[in-house]
Amino acid sequence: MGLEKFKNRNVGTQNYKKLDLTHPPKSGWCRFKQVASRTFKPELFVGLWVTLREMINALFRGKMHTTQYPLEKLPISPRYRAIHEMLRLLESGHYRCIGCGLCEKICISNCIAMETRYDENQRKEVSEYTINFGRCIFCGYCAEVCPELAIVHGGRYENASEQRASFSLFEDMLTPIDKLNLQQEYQGFGAISPNADDNIKKTPLAY
Amino acid sequence: MSEIEPVKNMISITIDGKEYKAKEGEYILNAARANDIFIPAICYLTRCSPTLACRICLVEADGKQVYSCNAKVKEGMEIVTTTPNILEERRAIMEVYDVNHPLQCGVCDQSGECELQNYTLELAVDSQSYSIPDTKRETKNWSSVLHYDAGLCIVCERCTTVCKDMIGDSAIKTTKRGGSPLDKSLKGSMPKDAYAMWNKLQKSIIAPSNGTEYTNCSDCGECVAVCPVGALVSRDFQYTTNAWDLKRIPATCAHCSSGCQIYYETKPTSISDRREKIYRVTNEWNYVSLCGAGRFGYDFENRDAKKDKEAFRKAIEAFKKAEVINFTSVITNEEALMLQSLKEKFGVKLINREARAFQIFLDFYREYSGKSLYSLDFKEVMASDFVISLGTSLRNDNPNARYAFNNVQKMNKGAGLYFHPVGDNLVPTFGRNILTFTHKVGHEEAVLLLLIELFSNKDDLPKEVKEQLDREKLIELLGGDSKFEASFAKMMKKKEKFSLIVGEDLYFHPKAKNIVKLIAILEKTSSVKVAMIPPKTNSLGVALICDLDDEAKGYTIGYNALGDFRLSALGDGDLDAPAMNQQEGTLTNMHKRVTPTNVALEYNGYTLHDIVKELLGSSTTYTIDWTPKLPVDKGFKSIDFDSLPNGYSNDGTENRGYLLNNITSEAKEIEVDKFDETIALDGDIAYRCNPQRQFSDFTNKAHQIFEEFALYASPKRAESLPKRVVVEFDNGNLELDVKVDERIEGDIVAIPDFKSSKNIYELFGASRYQKVIIREV
Ligand code: SF4
Ligand code: SF4
Ligand code: SF4
Ligand code: SF4
Ligand code: SF4
Ligand code: FES
Repeated sequence: MGLEKFKNRNVGTQNYKKLDLTHPPKSGWCRFKQVASRTFKPELFVGLWVTLREMINALFRGKMHTTQYPLEKLPISPRYRAIHEMLRLLESGHYRCIGCGLCEKICISNCIAMETRYDENQRKEVSEYTINFGRCIFCGYCAEVCPELAIVHGGRYENASEQRASFSLFEDMLTPIDKLNLQQEYQGFGAISPNADDNIKKTPLAY
Repeated sequence: MSEIEPVKNMISITIDGKEYKAKEGEYILNAARANDIFIPAICYLTRCSPTLACRICLVEADGKQVYSCNAKVKEGMEIVTTTPNILEERRAIMEVYDVNHPLQCGVCDQSGECELQNYTLELAVDSQSYSIPDTKRETKNWSSVLHYDAGLCIVCERCTTVCKDMIGDSAIKTTKRGGSPLDKSLKGSMPKDAYAMWNKLQKSIIAPSNGTEYTNCSDCGECVAVCPVGALVSRDFQYTTNAWDLKRIPATCAHCSSGCQIYYETKPTSISDRREKIYRVTNEWNYVSLCGAGRFGYDFENRDAKKDKEAFRKAIEAFKKAEVINFTSVITNEEALMLQSLKEKFGVKLINREARAFQIFLDFYREYSGKSLYSLDFKEVMASDFVISLGTSLRNDNPNARYAFNNVQKMNKGAGLYFHPVGDNLVPTFGRNILTFTHKVGHEEAVLLLLIELFSNKDDLPKEVKEQLDREKLIELLGGDSKFEASFAKMMKKKEKFSLIVGEDLYFHPKAKNIVKLIAILEKTSSVKVAMIPPKTNSLGVALICDLDDEAKGYTIGYNALGDFRLSALGDGDLDAPAMNQQEGTLTNMHKRVTPTNVALEYNGYTLHDIVKELLGSSTTYTIDWTPKLPVDKGFKSIDFDSLPNGYSNDGTENRGYLLNNITSEAKEIEVDKFDETIALDGDIAYRCNPQRQFSDFTNKAHQIFEEFALYASPKRAESLPKRVVVEFDNGNLELDVKVDERIEGDIVAIPDFKSSKNIYELFGASRYQKVIIREV
């Protein structure tokens, strides 16, 4: 299709067609007649019946045509970027995040902040981690940069809250330890590509 | 001008086909760096000796492969920085460094500023050709600040080199790793230098040199600074932040008169507290070396100060009725000038004991030598090959004066004489050509007479000096022995540049005037040139800017010092003031340089400037509006704060602020007193001297500096003392715990002055040494 038509912004010369509308009632009596006839025409009850019939069909005859949100939710693509999740290692249950800070650095709306420290096991411990969801634009960079596939986007997209800014802490995002068996491996942004193995060179090892 | 280093002969060299100028006798690497040419180098440290540990700095000079950190430039030399063979070597070297290196950049503190990361990327190492069984290497805490992760160590030996050549502690060394030997067949098959490097690497690891688990060292943290990888990290900093999250604020260290270049590195305190906090202090370690106070004593800010209107009103009232302002040398030049203006306008007396003693000394020096400032700065001391120290406890008073003393021994094949009444067992370990004299307190003049006898041209000496030069007697008096002459002759071999470091003992000396005269004579009649250590942070600046008073009575304002109304940056005064890391302004350091320092942490209270503005009705907006007003007739320059440079260039030239002008005048005729050996102090003697790393209330406030306010004694002396003692002075008593300082020798005990509330200067009065009675509590 050519774009010429659209490029012509001179409205006055375009081919508009005027609808043949009936003229509005002129006198008070005419106006009263119009209201009365519209009010008592049976079309109203036809409409109400259709609604009632469909309601009965849906509720009692199992002929539901819509998703019953919020009781039902549609599955979303793994590439959908909703509220973040923090995954755990399946074997040990320890959180995956190593506290490298790359997500904090890459975040373009600067909404990730974290605290780390040297722990008793000589490891870097993530003592606090937070995302300000009032600022997060769900770009997915954090999930993409994370070397541990620790921070990922989950499917929880309901983020209405009373405040414009709402924070999420580490524990809020972390897979609950009793639901570890339900933790899904992440397929979305930043996940390992299916041919990752082919792209790796082997390192000689001497043990 | 005399204090600018004479330009060495410049020669022409060619690097990669282009012609450049270089200083004669310079290493190729440094010549290249000075001309902004990059040659990879890992193990070399400017100002320290090359160790040839990494071998990555290979270049071709006149067709021969050499190590650029170790080969000197010659006139007309043709240098090629990369050849196929060199590239092959470098790549193999980086591959070797990556063998068994833990893949933990993700958590490593060095990540983002790691030289191993950088060179691995620079040389595009994307595969590994070598392997060897790994050796278990344990992580250790070497001291209160040092954390060594042997797994990450690439044994570049930078830490051991800086500790030996610069710091002088030689507290760490390479030791056996116990790794498997290399496969002999590699010798032929892999690049030669890479093999040699690997062979050495595989055998060694770093450990404290005293054979224990702990370094027991000065805790300067310089080894941490130079470590190219995450192997050495300060314990407090470890895993608390990433390098790239920190904001660097160029500043000047506030703790001693060395005024070292530092960066305060800040980031918000935590998720809930978004106020900036200093996480660490770093430095340009190729050109400046810090001490433990500068590196770890950074959290001394006055954090919670607010604009308290009522307190401010009281402060104005207090200033209006003040007769005296008592202050310390931890103050910027600008603020010192403000105080001086108050004196000029209202006639208040200015009291600053340490700066006053130094001021008098400098005034005498100007009178008798005709120079407003001492001859050498400490860079020039470092470039000398014979260094003498007199009247200072080098280890405690000023770390960088000590580094210079040590560096001369290590780098310039130097020699040193160390005169001090308090024995020190570290100084003699700096080099083989060091003689230490533990002389009597009060015999400082005899030292100068001996120096005149040793170094001066006798024909130029005034008669009354010549008469006093009885060489044998002087040597004996100062505690030298019969072997002195032989050792001295050896020390003097091939020496050209002589420097004398003098310190606070001489400023607080009953014979200070005569001492200055002797120094002036020594300088005039010999090639020995003097450098002075200002007693505290900005004592030199204060001495030049303020017209200080000796004694004063009446209503006193204390600025970080005692007083009836106290302005305090420690947060414990009647009105808050900003600490040095919350201020901008300039400091005058012992290198005779006026250096800028910047605001690292926010400060929300009133400043001295607010008060002075109110009192003088001046039109300035900021403290730094006073910078160009610093007195030009004292050597300062009229330059705006914002146009002061702050950094080093690639050839090591210091571009920080500016150098003071050394103003010359007519020198006075000198008449020297007769030296009276009976003024020596006997009996129990206390020496006013801080433990290492403690300089003031501010270092004391910092959480990583914990040296106590106690009486420090040699191990032997401490044994004969109870745990807690009362020290009786003529004008007061002091109750202190007894602590051992293993580096002190002899019977003199050290009493710190870093807590201004203890008023130690008052107790010691006009001398740094006092006869005391030490008894049990
Ligand atoms: S990028 Fe991943 S591992 Fe690194 S701090 Fe963020 S969540 Fe943790
Ligand atoms: S030392 Fe460097 S290469 Fe090694 S883990 Fe740390 S950042 Fe990575
Ligand atoms: S600790 Fe650091 S500076 Fe010392 S040898 Fe190892 S890598 Fe080099
Ligand atoms: S802290 Fe200083 S003195 Fe101690 S080992 Fe390191 S460089 Fe040497
Ligand atoms: S205290 Fe002195 S020697 Fe130490 S870093 Fe500060 S200025 Fe330098
Ligand atoms: S820098 Fe020259 S050998 Fe390491």
